[in-house]
Amino acid sequence: MANLTINGKSINVDVEDDTPLLWAIRENVGLTGTKYGCGIAQCGACTIHIDGVAMRSCGISVSEAVGKQITTIEGLAASDGALHKVQQAWIKNDVPQCGYCQTGMIMAVAALLKDKPKPTDKDIDETITNICRCGTFQQVREAIHAAANA
Amino acid sequence: MNKHITPALSRRAFVIGTAAAGAGLAVGLDIPFGGPTVVRAADGSPEVNVWVVIRPDDTVVIRIARSEMGQGTLTGLAQLVAEELECDWSKVTTEYPTPGQSVARKRAWGDFSTGGSRGIRTSQDYVRKGGATARMMLVQAAANEWKVPVSECTAANSTITHTPSGKKTTYGKVVEAAAKLSPPADADVKLKDPKDWKIAGKGVLRLDTADKTTGKMMYGIDVKLPGMLNAALKDCPVFGGKLKSYDEAKVMGMKGVKKVVRVNDSTVAVVADTWWHAKTALDALPIVWDEGENAKVSSESIAKWLAEGLDNSQPAFIGNQNGDAKAAITGAAKKIEAVYNYPYQNHAAMEPLNATALYTPDKCEVWTGTQNGEAAFAAVMETSGLPADKCEVHKLILGGGFGRRGMTDYVRQAVSIAKQMPGTPIKLLWSREDDMQHGTYHPVTQCKLTGAFDKDNNLTALHVRISGQSILFTVRPAALVNGMDTAAFQGLAPTGDWAIGYSFPNLLVEHSMRNPHVPPGFWRGVNVNQNAIYLECFIDELAHSVGEDPVAFRRKLMGKHPKHLAVLNAVAEKVGWDKPPPKGVYRGICQHMGYGSYVAGAAEISVTDGNKIKVHRIVASTDPGHVVNPAQIERQIAGSFVYGLSALFYGNCTVKDGRIEQSNFDTYNSMRIAEMPKVESVIVPSGGFWGGVGEPTICVAAPAVLNAYFAATGKRIRSVPLKDQDISFA
Repeated sequence: MANLTINGKSINVDVEDDTPLLWAIRENVGLTGTKYGCGIAQCGACTIHIDGVAMRSCGISVSEAVGKQITTIEGLAASDGALHKVQQAWIKNDVPQCGYCQTGMIMAVAALLKDKPKPTDKDIDETITNICRCGTFQQVREAIHAAANA
Repeated sequence: MNKHITPALSRRAFVIGTAAAGAGLAVGLDIPFGGPTVVRAADGSPEVNVWVVIRPDDTVVIRIARSEMGQGTLTGLAQLVAEELECDWSKVTTEYPTPGQSVARKRAWGDFSTGGSRGIRTSQDYVRKGGATARMMLVQAAANEWKVPVSECTAANSTITHTPSGKKTTYGKVVEAAAKLSPPADADVKLKDPKDWKIAGKGVLRLDTADKTTGKMMYGIDVKLPGMLNAALKDCPVFGGKLKSYDEAKVMGMKGVKKVVRVNDSTVAVVADTWWHAKTALDALPIVWDEGENAKVSSESIAKWLAEGLDNSQPAFIGNQNGDAKAAITGAAKKIEAVYNYPYQNHAAMEPLNATALYTPDKCEVWTGTQNGEAAFAAVMETSGLPADKCEVHKLILGGGFGRRGMTDYVRQAVSIAKQMPGTPIKLLWSREDDMQHGTYHPVTQCKLTGAFDKDNNLTALHVRISGQSILFTVRPAALVNGMDTAAFQGLAPTGDWAIGYSFPNLLVEHSMRNPHVPPGFWRGVNVNQNAIYLECFIDELAHSVGEDPVAFRRKLMGKHPKHLAVLNAVAEKVGWDKPPPKGVYRGICQHMGYGSYVAGAAEISVTDGNKIKVHRIVASTDPGHVVNPAQIERQIAGSFVYGLSALFYGNCTVKDGRIEQSNFDTYNSMRIAEMPKVESVIVPSGGFWGGVGEPTICVAAPAVLNAYFAATGKRIRSVPLKDQDISFA
């Protein structure tokens, strides 16, 4: 049993300490916007924020996340439901194709913009390393700049 | 949005005789359309016809039979229906009819298969007709109510107007009456000229975006049913091997484990409360495999066997021929020859394969992302042993497909497990490793090309000899033509959707079929991917061998291929081929045809240290005949270069001891945003035909870059991927 703080709520999850946080979030907490893509922290589909920092939840154990503020895609919008500016830019720029990687992509970008409100293309290249097999990168880049200037 | 919404049908629709058992998909009842029997959607709203449901609040629900996997077909098809329906686009939503409902209604929605870039081009006619028919019935209903001639009424933006009196009503107000009318005669249904389109042809935003940004979009992997358990599986690592035995006693006491089941001849699964528990126990499960006769096969042994097929003494199928290329080559003043090869590649869709199945002796239902709802439905029938009226498939949005989700292996596995646990829903999820090592791979081929010139450097002959794997031989043997796989000649065929864009005085294109044990499959772009490399890099070689400009050289061969030439010219103009590139930048260019569309591409690259490539800019052109959504075509083109360049730089599934060596994205890499060039699209629809969009432009990615690499370094790369040639992204 571990106590996690996810999207501002305290939640007890009945899992072994070494369970990857990804699976606790998806299967035990039931928040399925965080996606499984590789399980080895390569693809970024499972990106969440831990204390505001973008992390790949498949590579973090539940025990490592105890006592930290965990934010998933479901918690990115404001409490009144207003979408985060990255989500808004994603909709306006029609970014997603299949969409499966996009929640992780959005979480990674939201963390980037928090750190660097006006990222350069170089900042984007160095920070956003998520895999998208549909190949939305051109629209991702445009939408990042659009969100930064929103 | 289009979750697995289940439109309710009249009870009659579900009554199918027991004769349907095992009789395939053609059995069903004839449900009358129009007339007094109104078919209603789940919320009670009437169907005007199978494509169009209108709610009293004027919401328009457009039914989409093809699968959405990112390619935008769902939005494009809705645009086509809405265009003819003359409805308010802002009130449009979509839903998937289920394959079971379609079977019960005599395949009312036609083909569900979503592959071969066919989603729009092979259903545009009947979905447009569906929209037009519905509009005519709605207008007729208003005219009847007003007791005026229908010819005095017009429809626009979901509103019907009686022009002489100015009376107006909306679709939602007349839909009940419209649904009771008989549909107009076919001859009276006139489709619009695409030049008059207002919704189709426009780059409207996709209909399925919002939920993809919030985590609400439900993919197959996210399905949750009451009492559901989760399954993880292991298939014999050697293709064709068998499951000998396993020791379930070793894992039955592990946390959450409910059951260990034999899935089929080669596969075992652990079922547990969570997938993580199932996976953990599976990894601890002792399994003995019978690896069978393929346990020693390697990439090297396959390559050696394929290389033998390049020899003219070996039998081969002829896919295209004019004149006598062999004789012309024998008597040539100059002969150029080169051998290329292309490896196995995995689709690597971001969402690993999965399916959820619930079996009882009375019903088998499956929830899954599939590119072919009807094939999945047939797989459920076969595996469950239940008749059509006791089977159903609920389609979900796909987390990528690329051809892999046209297969049904994962659906069969899920049903097989569920059948052993009646009444309990089972979600089967493959790990990324399963997905990588049990794919249906881009087939492996080699190609020897020989060109002949006369003493004045005129090209007199081309001989293209492909050796390697046939997809159809394994996947669809009934489609072989006297043993020949015609798809092996995609982009090299004499005419049609796959026509070669050049005329040669003498031409021979042939395929020595060699089928290794690694299962092949349709992989986005399929055989045009390697055929474009073979032909377009070799044409570049031929041009350089006689000191000619690659574009000028091509143009001389393209006089009888104006549409191929038009896209090549469009790319040459946009990239500025006639002017030198910036200092240190080099260009490559190519053209090809696939899926009924003409495509061309140019790359601008720089190379440092001889082996680090920076792709600065891509210009790509397509003529797909008609354009339904230009914004989505641009996205498909840009995405094509991620798929195509990932394949060029990284894509290789190597075989050792009969199995695939790569297991995850650490060993099978994919491009990231830092490696993404700027992609400029030039869409030049010439009308009069319908070509595909999702796949064709992939094939020009690799040859454009390879030809640019030659321009930069003087070195020809004839083997994919570049990482195995010690070449990387800068």
